[in-house]
Amino acid sequence: MTAPISSFTPGVLAHSDAARVGFAPRCARFSLRARGDLAPLEAALGLSLPTRIGQRVTAGERQLLCLGPDEWVLHAPERDGAAITAACAGVYADHPHSLVDISGREVSFVIDGPRGAELLTLGCARDLDSIAVGEGRRTLFDGATVILWRDGDTSFRLDCWNSFATHLFHLLDTGVRELAAESL
Amino acid sequence: MLLIHCPYCNETLPEVEFAYASEAHIARPAKPSDVSDEDWAEFLFMRSNVKGPLYERWRHIHGCGRFFNAVRDTVTDKFLTTYKAGDPRPDLSSLTEGLK
Repeated sequence: MTAPISSFTPGVLAHSDAARVGFAPRCARFSLRARGDLAPLEAALGLSLPTRIGQRVTAGERQLLCLGPDEWVLHAPERDGAAITAACAGVYADHPHSLVDISGREVSFVIDGPRGAELLTLGCARDLDSIAVGEGRRTLFDGATVILWRDGDTSFRLDCWNSFATHLFHLLDTGVRELAAESL
Repeated sequence: MLLIHCPYCNETLPEVEFAYASEAHIARPAKPSDVSDEDWAEFLFMRSNVKGPLYERWRHIHGCGRFFNAVRDTVTDKFLTTYKAGDPRPDLSSLTEGLK
């Protein structure tokens, strides 16, 4: 039986000797789409917009990941959300863009442990080695579109939509126990 | 599983991240109201259905989200090339040269 999403609290949800799955605290999330001259937006947000897909930029507690040629996702502390919205609204007249608050749409799992990367291969068809540490990509995980942030060699964050969270956690939870049961 | 090269991500990625989006280089008539019913039906429904290399559209829907064009051999399922949407159609003979 899959656990309801309301039962997830920030902290470790499942762990074994092989890997650990945690639930990240809530944060402000934005989807940003813009074309043309990005300088006004960069000035408003206080960070440079990376143009290579998968590239990530961190400024203070704001993290920005390039998802497509004109698409980025921005994570920031919840208290910073209003400031980001206001800053982008300020340049909207001269530089039209789309900034959508998707904080309520997604949750993040934190995956780490010695075999964290192997755990992700259960649901992800792409070669995880092609995502360098400090980068991220949008990809498919067990049928759901997710954003994978690679924070370390075996440490990842996985953003997914609320409605897929329980399904994905069920697979990750099984995987955590399965990897530990395997004799190497 | 097929591996498909996305020209926007510049990476070769598993097929599950992509969605097929029909034949490429089919231009919508600029003024649909001037087009006869026969020509409109031709534009809407008739496709070349070739046996061999086919110009087609794909979308990297679970990645960068972009539409791009590809040349795929419908017999062998082999991708001869992929290129960005809006780029000119690559010459077929230069693509198939290496295969003969």
